[in-house]
Amino acid sequence: MTKRIDFQVDPETYRHWKVEYDGPVANLYMDVDEKGGLFDGYELKLNSYDLGVDIELADVVQRMRFEHPEVKVVVMRSAKDKVFCAGANIRMLGGAAHAHKVNFCKFTNETRNTFEAAKADSGQNYIAAVRGACAGGGYELALACNHIMLTDDSTSSVALPEVPLLAVLPGTGGLTRVTDKRKVRRDLADVFCSVEEGVKGKRAVDWRLVDEAIPNSKFDEAVVERAREFAAASDKPDVTHGIALTPLSRSFSDDGVSYSTVEVAIDRDARRATITIKGPGEDAPADMEAFTAKGADNWILRCARELDDAILHLRSNEDELGLIEFQTQGDPEVVIAHEALMLGNKQHWLANEVLAYWKRVLKRVDMTSRSLVAIVEHGSCFAGPLAELLWAVDRSYMMLEEFEGDNRNMATITLSDGNFGQYPMGNDLSRLETRFLGAPETVETLKPHAGRALEAGEAEELGLVTYAYDDIDWEDEVRLFMEERASFSPDAMTGMEANLRFAGPETMETRIFGRLTAWQNWIFQRPNAVGPEGALQRYGTGVRGEYNMQRV
Amino acid sequence: MLDLINVSYDTQIPNNVNLSSDKKVLKALEKWHPGYINWWNDLIPQNFQESMVYLRTAVSVDPKGWAKFDYVKMPEYRWGVLLAPAVEDRKIPMGEHLGEPAWQEVPGEYRNMLKRLIVIQGDTEPGSVEQQRFLGLTAPSLYDMRNLFQVNVEEGRHLWAMVYLLQKYFGRDGREEADDLLVRSSGSDEAPRMLGAFNEETPDWLSFFMFTYFTDRDGKMQLESLAQSGFDPLSRTCRFMLTEEAHHMFVGETGVGRTIQATLDAMNKAGITDPYDINKIRDLGVIDLPTIQKKLNLHYTLSLDLFGQEVSTNAANAFNSGIKGRYMEQRIDDDHKLQNDTYAVTSIKDGKILTEDVPALTAINMRLRDDYVRDAAGGVGRWNKMIAKSGVEFELKLPHEGFHRQIGVFSSVAVDPDGNIISADEWRNRKDDWLPTKADGDYIQSLMVPCFEPGKYASWIAAPKVGIDNKPGDFEYVKLHMA
Repeated sequence: MTKRIDFQVDPETYRHWKVEYDGPVANLYMDVDEKGGLFDGYELKLNSYDLGVDIELADVVQRMRFEHPEVKVVVMRSAKDKVFCAGANIRMLGGAAHAHKVNFCKFTNETRNTFEAAKADSGQNYIAAVRGACAGGGYELALACNHIMLTDDSTSSVALPEVPLLAVLPGTGGLTRVTDKRKVRRDLADVFCSVEEGVKGKRAVDWRLVDEAIPNSKFDEAVVERAREFAAASDKPDVTHGIALTPLSRSFSDDGVSYSTVEVAIDRDARRATITIKGPGEDAPADMEAFTAKGADNWILRCARELDDAILHLRSNEDELGLIEFQTQGDPEVVIAHEALMLGNKQHWLANEVLAYWKRVLKRVDMTSRSLVAIVEHGSCFAGPLAELLWAVDRSYMMLEEFEGDNRNMATITLSDGNFGQYPMGNDLSRLETRFLGAPETVETLKPHAGRALEAGEAEELGLVTYAYDDIDWEDEVRLFMEERASFSPDAMTGMEANLRFAGPETMETRIFGRLTAWQNWIFQRPNAVGPEGALQRYGTGVRGEYNMQRV
Repeated sequence: MLDLINVSYDTQIPNNVNLSSDKKVLKALEKWHPGYINWWNDLIPQNFQESMVYLRTAVSVDPKGWAKFDYVKMPEYRWGVLLAPAVEDRKIPMGEHLGEPAWQEVPGEYRNMLKRLIVIQGDTEPGSVEQQRFLGLTAPSLYDMRNLFQVNVEEGRHLWAMVYLLQKYFGRDGREEADDLLVRSSGSDEAPRMLGAFNEETPDWLSFFMFTYFTDRDGKMQLESLAQSGFDPLSRTCRFMLTEEAHHMFVGETGVGRTIQATLDAMNKAGITDPYDINKIRDLGVIDLPTIQKKLNLHYTLSLDLFGQEVSTNAANAFNSGIKGRYMEQRIDDDHKLQNDTYAVTSIKDGKILTEDVPALTAINMRLRDDYVRDAAGGVGRWNKMIAKSGVEFELKLPHEGFHRQIGVFSSVAVDPDGNIISADEWRNRKDDWLPTKADGDYIQSLMVPCFEPGKYASWIAAPKVGIDNKPGDFEYVKLHMA
């Protein structure tokens, strides 16, 4: 690996975005620095983006929620003349390894989802003000917003030209949001996705591709007005001050990353990373006032941020590690107490944000295409939000009864009210509901157990862990599992896990990750797109892609 | 037998494409026609609409005698649809379809690309008429006014030509694009023309002449390369448009030339030899040569911007697909496919201007621009001969291609007319030496007084050597309607 991709950015050093705050309205300007690509070999012309641009965007969206709770409406627009956004940079995609393409798409998809989550979870409403060309990933950005305004200057259009131009899909939610969110009729969607130049003006409104087309001379005015209207109509409570998301304390070494609450230990020979989450070292703050004063230093927020960063780091920078093992250390009761302050104050904006952030981080774990295992040892604190990890992973192993020479506290699992719906998966079910899809009554029978530390025997019986092993079997069983896992084909693992993890109903989110992304990743492997004569490789040369016309 | 040379007037729209038997397209064009007439009527000041203008109207596409001259009111001008005669067994001259029979219908796979090119070309035609709409009021002579209107009606006809292609070959989308060509408008906030140069003002006659010399020459280059198109109707359309476009360039070259001539004559008469003695020269009611150079600098560079990015995927696609060729494609001695060739393109590395070889396919724009630069140099040479002959020591120059650019590799740096990269500060300090200032514009504007007496010319411009259609010097080219 030549360069570590860092997911932490400082707003002071943004290269591609500007935010202007105007009371309840924030104007978010995309102004991509052509020379600011994450890698060499391409220029980010016409507001096209790469992962670096998207990392900054994700940071903007995240900070908007924690640092600017006064913002009710975010207006997304371009700072460039004549172009809103030309989408993902094609030369970057053409030059990128398959794994990078896939990670790029996953991260951008997760970031687009946070636009929608911002409204659903905390009433921060994104609207897109589109002037100039808005193509591919550019329109996908607009689609992630909840209201799209298009200038009607008889030139500006919205377009998804991926299929005719590049022989790939509008894979950052494009196809899915067109049908599932915008609810464009499927035949019209078919036309729209086949024409390079897209659709403009009134037809774009008629086809539901945008919400309004506004005469160019009145456009700026209309955008201001609409933002004001939405802000006035918002039921988001008024909050004047946010909290600062201070820089994470982390240090990288060859064999891991060390955060204040998270340790990543890498065993390269075993192709395994162990993420150990350390529970709170101090009691929960007394109330939300104390909690707010402590801000980003609170364990429950710090831990979410660090876990988030650790997962992203492993995904993008450590692709040889096929297995991620989750461990926890600490006092489960204190974890429960920290979570309880949030659950008891859900109407408080910051408690709400922290809980919603845990939801997103846990979804990030769900979406991580590595084999995931939870190892519940003595002295661990799989409680409340950390217990969710047990059902996010593919398998879990728990220590049963006392182990010789191990004087740590007996391994337990503690459920909280939070486990019954506070952190839904992409399918909109809780992890417990998804786990017990065939026996929904099981979830009900679990509820009375909330707050109790469940030891291994009981946890296994209740179906909360895969296996509970005692001192005699533990070491061998865990070792055998890990060795077996390491021997399987990584591709088959990714495919199998992604299918087994998301039981139950489809949502737009699961369709994006399960259907759109899977097809896209298939196309990303096919010569018609990525072969030397494929459209993606040939893009920009003037010579068309040559296709194998066999239908597969 | 169909008469495809002579223009048929049996429909409302003169044509040599047998419109009367193509009911669908005829109907579409007739539907579009009122909108066009409204556009024209709203555009050109009313007293000129009523005036009788001595215009040429295309009556045939035979190169030997394709036009006839007569008085006509502009709104009654017979705008028509005229294609150059078909070349038998024409083959696609370049790209991956080289040597295949030229397409008589739009190939589905290139429909969008073709449509976009035609729309962009079409958008420039009415754009320039819009930019020039008020010039009639300050015409320096009836001769020049007639030339302006001739240019205007022919740009109008070129719009017709593009609209015909859109209506005939591009279905409902094409009809909508044809309508939108009348919706966009030069300099409009609401819906501006697509290309920057067509949203700039043409505030005075010297600008008009510079525009017809430099900017219409870009049009010529574009038409030349579209005339190579494997899509035969586009090729034939553009070939005929080029015969008309030649007159626009003539208006530009002689217009600038006559402006220079008036200046030289006045200087000689007053005994001024120093071309930089600007105030004294301006006192004579003519435009000093340094100011003419500044206007040249401006219009030349705006026109260079029209060629787009030096390295362009769109241009590469268009060439390779056989949609748009190079200038004089047939005369170029290469394989006309360019898949393994390179072409030198200017670029900037570490603050220095240098050239780099890039795949020739991606450098189609650059090549056309290079051809343009050569083509544009011809007239400048002839102007300089006039200056030399008068004894005044001055030479007009085309500035360096990096000077004053908004598009392409040079858009991010400041370059002086000699091609040196300079600091932003230096640019700010010196740009008034190189580009027309507001004061220059005001001075030129002060000269723009109408001169409507037959055979008379405003102080700042000399009489032409020959009249249009060989008419005598005092010929009344426009019979003004004075309401």
